[in-house]
Amino acid sequence: MSVPATTSQTVGPYFQIGLKRFYVNELAVAGVSGERVEIEGKIFDGDGEAVPDGVVEIWQADADGKYAQAEEQRDKHGAARFRGFGRTPTEQDGTFRFQTIKPGRVPGPDGKLQAPHIVVSVFTRGLLRRLVTRIYFPHDAANEEDYALNLVEASRRATLIAKKSTKRAGLLEWNVVLQGPSETVFFDC
Amino acid sequence: MSSLSGLLGYRRALPGTQPAHLHEAYVSSIKRAPSKPLVYLPHTISEVTGPSFDASMVDARACDLTRQEGGEPIGERIIVSGRVQDEDGRPVARTLIEVWQANAAGRYRHAVDQHNAPLDPNFAGTGHTLTDDTGNFRFITVRPGAYPWRNHYNAWRPAHIHFSVFGPAFATRLITQMYFPGDALLPFDPIFNCTADEEARDRLISRFDWDTTMCEHALGYRFDITLSGREATPWEKK
Repeated sequence: MSVPATTSQTVGPYFQIGLKRFYVNELAVAGVSGERVEIEGKIFDGDGEAVPDGVVEIWQADADGKYAQAEEQRDKHGAARFRGFGRTPTEQDGTFRFQTIKPGRVPGPDGKLQAPHIVVSVFTRGLLRRLVTRIYFPHDAANEEDYALNLVEASRRATLIAKKSTKRAGLLEWNVVLQGPSETVFFDC
Repeated sequence: MSSLSGLLGYRRALPGTQPAHLHEAYVSSIKRAPSKPLVYLPHTISEVTGPSFDASMVDARACDLTRQEGGEPIGERIIVSGRVQDEDGRPVARTLIEVWQANAAGRYRHAVDQHNAPLDPNFAGTGHTLTDDTGNFRFITVRPGAYPWRNHYNAWRPAHIHFSVFGPAFATRLITQMYFPGDALLPFDPIFNCTADEEARDRLISRFDWDTTMCEHALGYRFDITLSGREATPWEKK
């Protein structure tokens, strides 16, 4: 190894001007196949206060469990590939929102398929490094045997699983609690 | 230890070379840092793949922050260039870099920034580019000013440029800040000093560079960025 990886620093309070060009919270564009889902949530700090200056990035597979690769922007029929990347800032009340599809299952390190999931990076003022977590889907039988979920103590797994919202059909709620008794599980990644 | 089923993960940080989440001198970390230990996750295909951006998605002019608004911004024109590489020194080609910064007076063009230094109508303070096939990048901008913040009494941020880099995988994502050599504020800045390892901190400081300084035009600064490298296959291990 020549040089260790560069040190992370906070995004600070002014990241909007630098990151907004590549904001995308509608991943399920026309032509993309898969079950549409809307994921909505808020980021909360250790006092339960909403975090208005955070940015959430997501990365996920398409409905067939394939990740977009640079050389495959289009599929064999020429249709737009699902890019799988989302980035959105939180609003004043801490809310973020993605319109996407439920990803297919991808291989896991134990030789089994992983349960459908989305990997997430959270950046906020005050965070010196990004936080890495995952979103899983409610009432999916595959969650029981998922490799990453089973690394987490049972009492905390629910923080990684979105809930069906009572607000409207198809809406999932998944919050990020940075600190405290109901703290979201974050991964060393 | 992630070569279960043959998948090579990315290396984890060496001790001290990345900040802890909680750094009390940086007051905003106190209520936002997780209090429970992180759960170690061997990398899976979800972490070793990542989003990519190609030339059709970027604005080729966005690497010049001095030519975005019609006129030339006030300030000391500088050229910031460098190379994105992995920990084995291999170039990270065609990866997206985004930058943002204060203007020469120390003011961001952002509604939250109420520092009473002037905005510059000719400076938005944001740019992006893709690294070339050899991992190199080059921005033209103005040297950002220092500015006060409310972390503690008489707190000032040293001049810095924010850098966001993707690299080849979700696991290599990095957001950092580049500083300038000889800045008197560096020893007092809790954000710069959040990392225990002095050499790791010092790698955030760009260096003045004659090779990229342009005669009668702009000073050059070099800032190389290193992203996590791939774990070695068993037969590569020494």
